[in-house]
Order: sequence, then structure tokens, then C-alpha cells
Amino acid sequence: MEWFDNFWAVYSNLVLTIGINALLALSIWLTLSCGLLAMANAAFMGIGAYTASLLTMNVGAPFPVALAGGVIAPTLVALAIGGPTLRLSGVYLAMATLGFGEVVRVLILNAESFTGGALGLNGIPQQTQWWHVVLALVVVLLLLWRLRRSRIGRAFEAIKEDGVAASLMGIGVMAHKMLAFALGAAIAGLAGALNAHLTFFIGPSEFGFDRGVDILTMAILGGTSGPTGPVLGALIVTLLPELLRGFKDFRTMLNGAILVLIVLFLPKGLWDPLRFRQWFARAPRKPAPATVGER
Amino acid sequence: MLKLTQVSKRFGGLSVLQDVSFDVPAGSVFGLIGPNGAGKTTVFNLITGLLAPSGGTIEFDGRSLVGVAPHQITRRGLGRTFQNIRIFKEMSLLENVVVGMHAHLTYGVPALLFSLPGFRAQERASHAKALELLSWVGLDHKASDVADNLSYGDQRKLELARALATEPRLLLLDEPVAGMNSGEKVELMALIQRIAQRGYTIFMIEHDMRFVMGLCQRIAVLNFGRIIAEGTPAEIQSNPAVIEAYLGREDDEAIAEGAR
Repeated sequence: MEWFDNFWAVYSNLVLTIGINALLALSIWLTLSCGLLAMANAAFMGIGAYTASLLTMNVGAPFPVALAGGVIAPTLVALAIGGPTLRLSGVYLAMATLGFGEVVRVLILNAESFTGGALGLNGIPQQTQWWHVVLALVVVLLLLWRLRRSRIGRAFEAIKEDGVAASLMGIGVMAHKMLAFALGAAIAGLAGALNAHLTFFIGPSEFGFDRGVDILTMAILGGTSGPTGPVLGALIVTLLPELLRGFKDFRTMLNGAILVLIVLFLPKGLWDPLRFRQWFARAPRKPAPATVGER
Repeated sequence: MLKLTQVSKRFGGLSVLQDVSFDVPAGSVFGLIGPNGAGKTTVFNLITGLLAPSGGTIEFDGRSLVGVAPHQITRRGLGRTFQNIRIFKEMSLLENVVVGMHAHLTYGVPALLFSLPGFRAQERASHAKALELLSWVGLDHKASDVADNLSYGDQRKLELARALATEPRLLLLDEPVAGMNSGEKVELMALIQRIAQRGYTIFMIEHDMRFVMGLCQRIAVLNFGRIIAEGTPAEIQSNPAVIEAYLGREDDEAIAEGAR
């Protein structure tokens, strides 16, 4: 097992980052699956990270308590801002949530006595073990899978396809949007709290616009038809820069090119069960029904 | 069952509906007809809570519907289809119908998280019910197809099945045969008749005269936002104001005499 020890010594951080990114991608997938393009997940991650770190460093809270704080704080914030913002749709919601993200970043930057301002928080105890990340990911995935197969998951999908029709099916549209938004914030906060206790340091610039776009990229690239896609997307977006290390200066360019190619040729993302079904149905046992052929 | 009293709707300075009053009796098939742009779909949007009336009252079983959220109105027993079909295109037919049962699935969060027996029993029952509703409209053999692949007529039938899944006591149909060929129309007419016989009260907006006259026991006619006539199909067909609204007047005086 010596090779594994060596591998883990070098790459443990990368592997755990994949897990944390997967959580982040799932957090935005949840709102996307409800038809909401909410871009506040980086901010929620930041709120979670700062809350958990401050609980650990200033109060000396035990790790589970810090994690709980990191989950609860962004959830409460999401519930507070969800009311006015979730009435918006499409790009307007994206703009509003991006604006909220900026507000959070600037607040962290200026609350210096509390958050360390631009210098960030240093010396956060490294309490995140590998199994914490694995456990968090497994629990979140199970939760999302169960939700998807229930009336709540169906309601999300119905709202995504047609909010008006969904409301006339007896679905409380606003309540479900709020649920998706708050749950997404909770997952992003959990990821932030875990990440803070893994990386030793957090600063306000980590939770800005770039991070928000990264999170969205992972989810879209992986495919948004189910929770599998975002995890796959997180894996690729996190690993790709490492795999391309050999290309030195061309690394970021190649990285970008690969992402563009994937989106260009697989617009629904890498994980698209419908496409897989079509591939395997290429040599079908029975001819397609006439109604399918007509359109 | 459904009672509109002096309902009006203005969009800014534009008065779309004025003093619209009528009563849809329980157990009947009621029709609302009128030329294009008369405000028929606005009436439906007011009833289902998508728009708020500027004045007047809307009552369903004696309880006001004004200011109640659309999903709450649906839960009180009002189902609806749309003129421009609004099915969930990326879902299967079965999923479309099961979504309609949303409010009737009562399992809690623990049950769905841990797949408890209550959850499984309700989900199984809802699937069986959805298949039955699909069989009512003759689409059960396509239950697992993606809804987008359906023909236009079949999409309308799916929307009907989905509306029935909300367990409505009153079913609002917004131009159910718009864009259908005559064969499909005859088929749908029989289908709606069967649904009415099952005890649903039906209130429909329709353009197709033969369809309306054949199905409805009572008809109201809307023109330029006002109800100009109400009665049995025979009364409506011979009402000069209705004929004028649809065909225009041939001779002012003759019509004036006829109307008096």
C-alpha cells in the first residue's frame, strides 16, 4: 500500500476538492432542476465557510457544531432573500442573485475586525477528514435521488417546464422554488464549511463571480438531467487542469477549448440518459411507433 | 356550482370584461362562446386565479375564489386545460398525469426519504390511477412515451387526462378541439360526453358551433367583454343578437325589429 500512501500524500487535497466541487455542483443543480438560474451559490458557500470557520476559531465550537452552523446560516439567508428574488425568472433572477453575491463579498471584505477583510481567515484547523467529504456527498446524493423520485421532484420538474401549468396542477410554485433555493444554499454552505476546514485559509475573493461561474460550469457540463451529471462535471472540471499540467503555458487555453468542445457537441451535458437510450435503441427490436416518426 | 357576478377586468384603460354574470349549474355541460377577442380566455384566467378581477365576485360552491392562489383553487376542485396546449413536454405521459395528483399525495418527508410503505403504496396507487385516466382518453398504450412526441390531438387528450388527475368537480376546457380535424373532433366529442356522464361538471370555451351545440345544455355568449345572451342551444341559435355578433347585421332596422 506504499504507492497509495504516496498518492494520497500528493493528491489527497485534489481528491477532496473533487468531492467538495461535486457538492457545489449539486447545490446549483437543485435550483436548475426547478428552472431557476440562481447564481448565489458561491456566496452561500462563502457564508457557510465563514460561519463555520468563525465558530471553530472564535468560539472553539466542536467540528459538528461548526458544520451545522455552516449549513444553517446560508439557509436562513436564502429564506430571507428568496421571497423577493424568486419572483424573478430567467436572466433577471441570475442578475439579482449575482448582485447578492457581490454584496456578500463586499460585506466580508469590509467587516475586517470580524472576517479579516481582504487578508481572509488564516490558520483554520484542518479538521475535515476524507470520510467527512465522502459521507457528505453520499448523504446529499441519496437525499437528492429520493427527492427526485417523489412528488417534490416531480413538482420541481413541472415548474421548470411550465410554472403556470404546474400551479394549476395544485403545486405551490413559490413554496417549491423556495425549498429548492434554501436546500441548495444548505448544500453550498456545507461544501464551504468542509472546504474551509480543509484548506487552512479562506478569503473573500474565493467566493466571488469566478467561483459562481465555475459552479455553474460544472453542473451544465456534466448535464442537468439528474444528480449524476453535476458530479461528473465536478470531476472533469477539477481534474482537467491537473491532467493538462504537461502543456505548461497552453494549459488554460486547452482547458477552455475542451470545455467549449464538450458544450458544442453535447449541449445537454455529458450525462444525458435520453441520448444514451437513443444510442442503445439504434438497433431496436421493434420499429419506432408511427407517432414518433411523424415529427 | 360556479357563479360569476358582475365580473369586470380592465388592463389599464382597456376594458376587457364588463359586468359578466352567469351561473354554471352542477352536473351540466356549460358553454361559453363568442367571437375572437371577446374575452373568453380572460374569463378562465380570472376563475383559475391567474388574473385578479377588477370588480365583481367569483364563487365556487359558495366560497369566493377572488384573491385565492391558483394552486389553492385547483385543490378546491377546479381543473383546467389550455387553448395553447401546456403539457410537460419532456416528461412521459404517465409522469404528466401523476404530476396532476400532486395535491392528493399526502406522504411526508420521512416517508419519501426512506421509501417507507406509505410512500410506496401511494406512489403505486397514483401510477395505477394515472394509467386508468390515460385509458379514459385512449392513450394508455403510450404511457411511457415522451409527451413531446405525441400528435397535436393526442397532446390535447393528454392535457385532459392530466386535468382529470387533479380530481376536479368542475372541469374547464379552453377550446378543446382547436386545430383538430373533423375526425378528431367527433372522437373528442364522444370522449367529453363520456367524462360528463361520469359526473364531472364541464365548462368549456369553444369556437366550433357544431361541437358546442351538440354537447352543451346551456350556453352563454360573450361579445366585446359583455354577455349578450344566455340559454339553451336552440335559444342561442335563434337569438338575433348572437347572429349579429357572429355574422354582422344585414339590415339595421330588420335586426332592431327582431330584437324588440
